[in-house]
Amino acid sequence: MPEMNLLEAIRAGIDEMMAADERVYIIGEDVGKRGGVFRVTEGLVDKYGEMRVIDSPLAESIIVGSSIGAAMYGMRPIAEIQFADFIFPAFNQIVSEAARIRYRSNGAWDVPMVIRAPFGGGIHGALYHSQSVEAFFAHVPGLKVVVPSTPYDAKGLIKASIEDPDPVLFFEHKKLYRLIKGQVPEEDYRVPIGVADVKREGSDMTVLSYGLTLHQSLEAAEQLSAEGVEVEVVDLRTLRPLDKETILNSVRKTGKVLIAYEDNRFLGYGAELAAIISEEVFEHLDGPIMRVAGADVPAMPFSPPLEEAFMPSTEKIAAAMRELAGY
Amino acid sequence: MQLERDDLLKMYRLMLLARLLDERTWQLNRQGKAPFVISCQGHEAAQVGAAYALKPGKDWVVPYYRDLAVMLTIGFTPLDHMLGLLGRADDPNSGGRQMPSHYSHRKLNIVTHSSPTGSQVPHASGIGLAIKMRGDDAVVWTSFGEGTSSQGDVHEAMNLAGVYNLPVIFFCENNGYAISVPQKKQMGIENVADRAAGYGFPGVVVDGTDVIQVYEATAAAVERARRGEGPTLIEAKCLRLTAHSSDDNERTYRSPDELKAIRSQDPITRFTDYLMVEGILDEASQKRIREEVMAQINEATVMAERAPLPDPATLERHVYAEHEA
Ligand SMILES: Cc1ncc(C[n+]2csc(CCOP(=O)(O)OP(=O)(O)O)c2C)c(N)n1
Ligand SMILES: [Mg+2]
Repeated sequence: MPEMNLLEAIRAGIDEMMAADERVYIIGEDVGKRGGVFRVTEGLVDKYGEMRVIDSPLAESIIVGSSIGAAMYGMRPIAEIQFADFIFPAFNQIVSEAARIRYRSNGAWDVPMVIRAPFGGGIHGALYHSQSVEAFFAHVPGLKVVVPSTPYDAKGLIKASIEDPDPVLFFEHKKLYRLIKGQVPEEDYRVPIGVADVKREGSDMTVLSYGLTLHQSLEAAEQLSAEGVEVEVVDLRTLRPLDKETILNSVRKTGKVLIAYEDNRFLGYGAELAAIISEEVFEHLDGPIMRVAGADVPAMPFSPPLEEAFMPSTEKIAAAMRELAGY
Repeated sequence: MQLERDDLLKMYRLMLLARLLDERTWQLNRQGKAPFVISCQGHEAAQVGAAYALKPGKDWVVPYYRDLAVMLTIGFTPLDHMLGLLGRADDPNSGGRQMPSHYSHRKLNIVTHSSPTGSQVPHASGIGLAIKMRGDDAVVWTSFGEGTSSQGDVHEAMNLAGVYNLPVIFFCENNGYAISVPQKKQMGIENVADRAAGYGFPGVVVDGTDVIQVYEATAAAVERARRGEGPTLIEAKCLRLTAHSSDDNERTYRSPDELKAIRSQDPITRFTDYLMVEGILDEASQKRIREEVMAQINEATVMAERAPLPDPATLERHVYAEHEA
């Protein structure tokens, strides 16, 4: 079984889907010869040609809007937004169009498409190359939101997303692209959308996370283990639809919850998790639902000390775990 | 295709049907039965002329809310329209979910559109891209008002169509107003069609009150697109004979003189006169067609009023794909 990093796994998944189904195509900025600014689509234009790996004009609304039209025609577009920070020019197309087309046509039309976007900070990308945008989209019924955090999951999830009959936002943490390596089977497999995964078992508290903070949480859990606290780490993998069962079962077992995410804390994804947990398993809680999240400033600054101050980290998460363990 | 006598009579009937059906919707609005009406009156020649050049069920149509006559030409029935107007369960557009005149008909390749103006135009370019990728013989036609031509989405859509030479016909129905805002506050040019040069394809201005002229221009654009030669922007100069919608009062921004003047350019009168002069229509046939059309409209009204409303239990359906049990 080959070892791959996250971006190679995503590429392998896309490549296999394009080979198997000629309705699948890629459209985005610099996705052709350059292979995308992060090189996720590297080599695909040579294999599939310029009409299946399409260098779009520099205009996000048409990247998404044309993909919606093509999907309604019967194609399976993969729209790449170069950085999640630049998805907002396409916000109307995603929220007013892609998300609502099935609903507003009473099921007559559908939009089977994937919108891929690298997100997240810690790469000196400053305000406009570091953002986490998942909460804007996870809020919207009609959209699915997927965030893979390991190479195995990334390949299985991108394939499931391409096959999915509804619009899927596929957010890839850009710091994980080359950081995280893992075994990825060559054979055909899927990781289903809407199923979370317990990445580390433990009995003393539950950590819910996705993206870079998932890996920070796993590291922090090792530190706590040395201190005699066993932390269960749940990788959400899909933010919408949410796998409530896995989450609630873990909370029932541990009685304590820490949510770690990189987006701004206020009304971020953790807020909804906290609400669901307190509504549904309140009687199992032995402490406050805690959050470690990005700072409530408009976006991530550039200079290293400011960037570090914004970002969650293994240390910040470990500190929160210790605090929660004290209850 | 050369228009035969029969074609002209069909076009006349469609224009009249659109007009009289539209008038009926205003009556229902005044009776308190239809909460919202938006009208095609004054656009009938442009819409029938354009849609007549398309092959229903083969070509793709991405319309906007004013396109009742387009819909009827492609194959929508008066009952279909009435069901949407009254928010009935069997409304083919949306099952009563969308506002009236937000069209969709999957079997006729009429693509669902929304309310944010211009957001349908990128879909047309995407459909054009898909047609080209698949090597299909279809073309895609999309429409929007001159006010909407200010939207970035319209620019982005035309730009993509220009880059990839897509089989798209962009059809701007210029009635001089975006609700109350006149064209001169919308753009610094006289013809929206002039913008086509900036995208690398032809732009054509036609008289939107002349159904034959609009048909010929559209047929030429359709042939061009089918030959793989790319998009065309057609601008039809139309009249808006009503308020923007049933929620608008045009007397707050249009003078009595203007309102009177536009009446004298009514496209239906113009086409009727033409057909009379050509000897294609006479008093008797005109009367007969009118009666047949009215009978159709009366029947559609009765049937739609009797049709069931949606079941509130369906509120949460079709958010995502539903798997068959
Ligand atoms: C994005 C957006 N902004 C504003 C509106 C409100 N609105 C609906 S129609 C309209 C005017 C459209 O004018 P035009 O494009 O010329 O089309 P017409 O109605 O004249 O045919 C406006 C401002 C809207 N529906 N969508
Ligand atoms: Mg207008």
